[in-house]
Order: sequence, then C-alpha cells, then structure tokens
Amino acid sequence: MTQNPTIEAKGLHLTFETNDGPVHALQDVNLKINKGDFVSFIGPSGCGKTTFLRCIAGLEAPTSGEISVNGMTPDEARRARAYGYVFQAAGLYPWRTIGGNIRLPLEIMGFSKSDMSERVDRVLDLVDLSGFDKKFPWQLSGGMQQRASIARALAFDADILLMDEPFGALDEIVRDHLNEQLLQLWARTQKTIGFVTHSIPEAVYLSTKIVVMSPRPGRISDVIESTLPKERPLEIRDSPEFIAIAQRVRDGLRAGHAHV
Amino acid sequence: MKSILPVLTVIAAVLLIWIVAVVPMNVHLTADQAQRDGAVVMPDTSIARKEVSGVALALENPHLIPLTYVGKRPNLPSPHQVSAEMFNTILGKKITSKRSLVYHGWVTLAPTLLGFAIGTLLGVLLAVGIVFSRVMDKSVMPWAIVSQTIPILALAPMIIVVLGAAGIHGILPKSVIAAYLSFFPVVVGMVKGLRSPDHMQLDLLRTYSTNNIQGFWKLRLPSSTPYLFASLKIGISASLIGTIVAELPTGAKAGFGARMLVGDQYGQPILSWAALFAAALTAAALVGMISLIERGTLRKMGMKLA
Repeated sequence: MTQNPTIEAKGLHLTFETNDGPVHALQDVNLKINKGDFVSFIGPSGCGKTTFLRCIAGLEAPTSGEISVNGMTPDEARRARAYGYVFQAAGLYPWRTIGGNIRLPLEIMGFSKSDMSERVDRVLDLVDLSGFDKKFPWQLSGGMQQRASIARALAFDADILLMDEPFGALDEIVRDHLNEQLLQLWARTQKTIGFVTHSIPEAVYLSTKIVVMSPRPGRISDVIESTLPKERPLEIRDSPEFIAIAQRVRDGLRAGHAHV
Repeated sequence: MKSILPVLTVIAAVLLIWIVAVVPMNVHLTADQAQRDGAVVMPDTSIARKEVSGVALALENPHLIPLTYVGKRPNLPSPHQVSAEMFNTILGKKITSKRSLVYHGWVTLAPTLLGFAIGTLLGVLLAVGIVFSRVMDKSVMPWAIVSQTIPILALAPMIIVVLGAAGIHGILPKSVIAAYLSFFPVVVGMVKGLRSPDHMQLDLLRTYSTNNIQGFWKLRLPSSTPYLFASLKIGISASLIGTIVAELPTGAKAGFGARMLVGDQYGQPILSWAALFAAALTAAALVGMISLIERGTLRKMGMKLA
C-alpha cells in the first residue's frame, strides 16, 4: 500500500485554446507524489505550476494524459473532498467571523454543530490563532488572514493540502515565520502537501521534493529530492547542504530558460 | 454630525437663490395688482411693463418688492408662503381631513410601499433567474431595459385604464406603476451583485464541491447585499415618483399627485409647491430609512460602509 503514490501524473498535456492560437500550458508532465511528501513547484510565471496544481484539484481538465489522486480521478477526488486548497489571497468572507469562515466548508459538507465548533478550535490552534474565532477578517493582519485560510483548508481533515503561492503577497519577515509554522504543522498533521512558489529559498526550506518547471511549453525540467533533515530550524538556510540544493534549483531554472 | 455644516450651507444657498428669484418672477403680477389698488407704478400700463424685465421693474419700483412675497397667486411662491401652507396642512388639520397633507401623503405612501415591495421581489427573482440561466440572461434583460425606455407618463394611464377595465381599482393600479419603475434598478444591481464573487471565491467553493444552491446562499447572496441596498435606495424613490405620476393623469382625488394637479388647475401654486416639498421630504425620509437599515445590516455582517 505504501508504494502506491498519493498523486500520480502520466504524460499530462494541457493546451488552452486562445484567440492567439493554442497555448501549451503543460507538456508531457510525469510525476509521483508519495504520502506525506512536501512537494514544491517552482518556476517562472507561465511555466504551468499553478495549472498543474489546478489539474490535481480537478479545477482544470487536462487535454490528454492521466492523473490520479488517492487512486481516483481528480474530479472524483474533488467530490470526495480529498484535499484542502489554499489560494494566493486568503479570500475570507468579510461578512463571516474567522470561526464562521472556517465553518464554511464544514457547513457545506454537513458536519454536526458540536463537531464543527470542536474542529474550529482545533485548526485555529494548529495555525496559532486560538481566541480569534469571533474576530472579523478586517481585524486581522494579512499574515493572520492567510493562516486563517490555511485553517479553513485543514478543517475537514483532507489528507492532501494544495497551496498556490499562499505567502506570495506577504512580506519576507512574515513569510519566514509562516514557513516555520507550516513545517511544524506538516510534521504534526502528516499531510501530503503540494506547494507552488516562485521563491527558491522557500522551496528548498520547505520541501522534501522540489519540482523545477520551465515555460513555453510548461514542463518539468528537474525533480530534486531534498537531503535536508526533517527537523529544519531557519538557520539551516546558511548550511552548505541548503546552498547546494538551492544552486541546483537555480541551475534547473536557468536550463529551462535556455530553451526559449 | 460633521456633515451638518455643509448641508446647512447648501440649504442656505438654495434659499437665498429662491428668495432673490421671487422678486423678478412675481413683480409684474404684483405691479398690476398694486395699480388696481391705487398705487403709482412706473411704467403705468400693464402692456408697457411687459417690455421691461422683472429686475428692471423691481428696481424702478422698489416699493413693490415687499409685496412680491405676499401675493395670493404668485408665479413663484416665497419660502415662507410654502412653509406656512405646509405647516398649516400638515400640523394644522386633522389627518383624516381631505385638506391635510398627511392624509394625501398616506394615500401616496401606501401604494408606494406596496409597489416597492412588489418591484423589489420581482427584481430579485428576475436577477436570480438571469444569473443562473443563460436563456433568461439573453431573453429577459433586453426587455427589462426596453421597459424603462417607454415614458411612464404615457404608460401610466394605459395601465390604470386596462386594470380598471379588469375591475381592479384602488391602491393596486398605482402600486403596479410604482413596481414598474422600481424593479429595474433592483434587477441591475442584483445581477451585478450576484455576479460579484471573483474566480478565486468560486473556485474555493468548487474545491468543496459545493452545489449551486449552497453557493447562492453562502456566497452570492451575501456578496450582493451592498449592491441590493444601493438599488433599494434608487428603487424606493422611483416608486414614489411612479405613484405620483399614476395620480396625475387619472383624475385621482387624493394623493400628492392629485394635490399638485389641483394646485395647477385652480391657480393655487402654493398648494402645488407644498405638495411638491412634502413629496420630496417623504422621498428623503424613505431613502434615509433604507440607509439606516443598510448601516445596521452591513455592520451586523462585519462590513464597514465604504
């Protein structure tokens, strides 16, 4: 069982038909993601990293090729609520409190009242926002809002967490802090995480596996298995090992650009 | 409370323009009357005075100026005449009296509110249909727009007559016209509001595999609330206008519209003006009421007024 990958893409192609002709967003993408992996997708804009994440989520349908999530098609997985999705913006409903926002998916999925409040408390604790459930989104900072949106994605216990540049709009200090917290959260929850970013240090710091992608057509140019230990203090970013991996990511990105 | 000063400034400016305008507007009438009462007026015939502008005539006969403010049938009633008439007909009469503006106000207000309720309900239902059905989007929206290009003044008597022929009298025909004017801003605002959630918010609901009905109640409807209130404010004043217009051409015996018409037909402009101001105050009160509800609702929803 353990050898069955949680997410597997085989020969994935996706072409958008636009007025300026077809755009090859994804070309021949093959990838296996195992249970408990933390996988980062990194590359310049237009490399298809977000599109690939959306394919996994069943928000985008590939033109050809196969993709399976928990042994199902992405659409089935979506309907089975197999994953939580975190967008670049927190996207909290301004008319709901933080607790109300986290209850949103639970209401839609029909959880019981008592179960809901227990879950809200638990995920708020996970993202270090205990006591904020009665606050409205505008009363929170950008970083806190994004943490609340992660809590919302965790609330219904999907074992996959898909994150599309969740910290892209935040400043670097907040970002470092959230990265550290995200690793702790990942260690505590054992989730499989797909994480889109365009920051090399972020990708190297967080991931067990780094997928380097390049644009036009969007494709995978390198897959790097991280040799960093699971326990990662922020200072690890100064270690030679970290710098070596970052160098390899940078080379991968540069090689991708040589094709243009 | 900081807005009090600018508001008062504007009111003072309007009053000033009004007070100044009364003199040239009424001076010819006043001169005729004064001459009949034995006063000396220059030039000394009515026909000769017609050649002179109101301003010049007033400057030549400054003793006429105070008289322009108290004429019985002025072209332009002075502010104190209108306010005296309003005071008299709003507070000075029993509200059941046919001469009470409160009575006429209620006659207009009742169909306004009923029409507004019908129009809002219809507008919201149409907007929901338009947002969820492509067919309705393509078919209903153009007709809604066309409906508003027909002058209501031409349409109102037809509606009254047709409904009258069908045996429908009283408050309902006026409400139909009020609803006809008020449903449109609600449709436009609600379509915009129900479509206001962006791609990301809709995608988020898709990741929960939310159905359309849940999406409507959880996302689209709450998102549209600020738009709804903007529409309601336009809708309720349009409703009032619709009711007044419905009272004009149909020989209605009561209501602001009837009051304005009576004043016009029997040469009692003060009456018309009093009804006009009473209608304006009613509209302001209605819009103010919706603003209050808006403020309360949005605050409860944790949204601050923009």
